[in-house]
Amino acid sequence: MSHDPGLQPERTLLAWRRTVLAVAVVAVLTIRLALLRGGIGEWISVVAALGWLATTLASLRHATRRFHQPGTGGATLPLLAAATVGFAGLGAILILGTLG
Amino acid sequence: MIRLWFDPHELRAVGRTPDYRFSLANERTFLAWVRTGLALIAGGLAVAQFLPPLPVPRLRELLAIGLLLLGGAVAVRAVDRWARTERAIRLGEELPTSRFPAVLALLVGAGALLLVATVLIQSASTR
Repeated sequence: MSHDPGLQPERTLLAWRRTVLAVAVVAVLTIRLALLRGGIGEWISVVAALGWLATTLASLRHATRRFHQPGTGGATLPLLAAATVGFAGLGAILILGTLG
Repeated sequence: MIRLWFDPHELRAVGRTPDYRFSLANERTFLAWVRTGLALIAGGLAVAQFLPPLPVPRLRELLAIGLLLLGGAVAVRAVDRWARTERAIRLGEELPTSRFPAVLALLVGAGALLLVATVLIQSASTR
């Protein structure tokens, strides 16, 4: 791969890493809220943790492949968005549960 | 259009493969939007567990869920924008425009002002 003076492959890799960090923050906040809830929250915290692990592994794997082969597939992108929506959904379930 | 979200190969059936740097730039834009969504979701989760109960009952929960919904919507929109832009780049068309960034900025600004007002009112009433 010829050298890109704009360093776009490097910047894209860093962008993925920043995103993985943002996912970590959301995951930790979700797990904390879930454990504070107790009851169904314990199951939710497990789901959140597994989702967090899967998202992080998929993202870093994609980012590394993207760095070496810019043309690689983009299926990880909708998956990342789905995980984000998933965390929002888990949070909503936890919060609605306290309203009843 | 929703099919394009999940089948990048179909995306490649359209138009011509551009300079990979355009695709990388599009991908970084997508990631920036996802991080924006994640920040809104983090805000909602923080409101739910760190904000003390507000004078109006359930307002805190309503606020938290509102932020979660907005964050989720931003993430979904990000995929749509990414697919549409990728397609436009491949076809050599104009990139799709949107008012959403301005709308979001106004919402966030309004929310911040509301928060400032709440803090001032509460500190005034506890004096």
